[in-house]
Amino acid sequence: MTPILEVEHVRKSFGGVVANKDVSISVPPGKIYGLIGPNGSGKTTLFNSIVGQHPVEAGSIRFEGREITRLRVPQIARLGLLRTFQQTRIYRGMTCMQNMLISVPPSELGWRSVYRRSSAADERKAEDLLRFVGLHAKRHLPGGDLSFGQQKLLEFAMALMSEPKMLLLDEPTAGINPTLINDLLERLRQANRDFGITLLVIEHNMRVIMELAEYIYCLAHGELLAEGKPEEVQTDQRVLDAYLGAT
Amino acid sequence: MKLPGARQLALPAAVLAFGIFLPLLAPAYRTQMAFLWVMIVFALTWDLLGGQMGYNSFGNVLFFGVGMYACVVIQRDVHLGYYSALFLGMGAGAALATAVAALIGSGLLGLRGHYFAIGTLGIGIAAAEFTAGWDFVGGGSGMVPPLYPGAVGARESFFYYLCFAIAVFTFPVLRFLYAGRFGLAINAIRDDEDKAEAMGLRTTHYKTTAWCVSAFFLGLMGGVVGNLLGFVDPREIAFASSTYGVWMVLMAILGGKGTLWGPVLGAAVFDVTQELFWKYLLGWQRVALGLLIVVIVVFFPRGILGWARERWPERFGQRAEEPAAEGGT
Repeated sequence: MTPILEVEHVRKSFGGVVANKDVSISVPPGKIYGLIGPNGSGKTTLFNSIVGQHPVEAGSIRFEGREITRLRVPQIARLGLLRTFQQTRIYRGMTCMQNMLISVPPSELGWRSVYRRSSAADERKAEDLLRFVGLHAKRHLPGGDLSFGQQKLLEFAMALMSEPKMLLLDEPTAGINPTLINDLLERLRQANRDFGITLLVIEHNMRVIMELAEYIYCLAHGELLAEGKPEEVQTDQRVLDAYLGAT
Repeated sequence: MKLPGARQLALPAAVLAFGIFLPLLAPAYRTQMAFLWVMIVFALTWDLLGGQMGYNSFGNVLFFGVGMYACVVIQRDVHLGYYSALFLGMGAGAALATAVAALIGSGLLGLRGHYFAIGTLGIGIAAAEFTAGWDFVGGGSGMVPPLYPGAVGARESFFYYLCFAIAVFTFPVLRFLYAGRFGLAINAIRDDEDKAEAMGLRTTHYKTTAWCVSAFFLGLMGGVVGNLLGFVDPREIAFASSTYGVWMVLMAILGGKGTLWGPVLGAAVFDVTQELFWKYLLGWQRVALGLLIVVIVVFFPRGILGWARERWPERFGQRAEEPAAEGGT
């Protein structure tokens, strides 16, 4: 199967610090892949490179076979490759419903359609998705009034609203009540299964990522250290060393 | 505002009736009354960027001045009847102001937050100095629009109603924009522009459009005000950064920025207060105005409407149960 996302030999440095050094990963469509690594190993930098947040120094990034290395953030987002942020980002002054209604697929925000009112179908869909993440009761509250965990759920719902083909999730369970984590994992699997969204997930919680992902890439010091099925990565001595700081 | 259908129409209807009959109440003050509507357009068009989109512009007065000069130049150089030349001039002024907004917007709107505010700060001053040195438009001594051909006293009424008509035209256009997805889009830009970009919104397009709409109405109003005052001066009238340029911001903040009716309310309160200062505190009017500004910022940081919403959330608050689709109040 041709991969939906192909990252080849990507290099990105900030001054003297090389955050990504010759990183190559690929994700086939319809799968859930994981990206792990100790703090500062370059996971978020790789996400930023993929979505066009900053230019890369070398390498190429393809989405659905299309070269996106030089495209900018909104252009890549409009192709159906979205990301969520580690430090959750939502529209704080707008209600949850408004947050959802402005996250409609890009085709509904075209040169003319942007001047129309939100359709009843969009409102139903927004309510359904808010119910899906358990925020329906809060739908008329400003996004900024939600707790951090709830904002994460809202951000996830907004991403689903936009019907992406692929979603890059930066630590989706960080700051979420442990009793809710299983629930969230189920939502992520559902999004993957029922909406057909390919997921690439950065996660620090090992239990979570081992359970969720079918294939895992491990970064350390900006380089790809190991890859494989969860059980393989879990027992890989290099990965253990990297996490325990033995390198 | 949570208003039932009939009451939702009652407020605009009352404002409309007030505007139509106002000059009949006190004919001597028609020019001052016309300025009430000018101020409302100032506040409304400023709030489109500053309130709804989070881009605090101190340079909007540029579009007002551009419209004013374009109109008067057309009236001077195009040999048509008075009214044809006036309306052609107003149209040209609005078009030119919009074009200028599109042109400088593509560069300036790339600046964020405080940088945008600072970047726009010099625009009005630069335009005033540039115009003052340009002989084609009268240089520092300004220009005088052609005399109104009608009967004595009819002039004030004519321009009063023209200002009123532009204000009445501006309001529903903004209301329409805020009610659609466009309103949500510019609110999203205000709350988190990086997130809006990450979600694929065409932020540059929306920002430029918003500034162009703002410029269009300011340009249109500029032509009328030049004729209403009967004199166009680069520093004191057309590109008056320290008066009109600042007042736009204050009125929107006073009324409640980011709301539809807030700027209207703010402009009305500000204009009336200001006229009273001029009448009863002559000599101290600038001091009083300065104090008023301090009071606004200290006691009404969220504006009169924002304050009322906090006090009586059920009356002015955002609706609790219906789907929230409107960007206005």
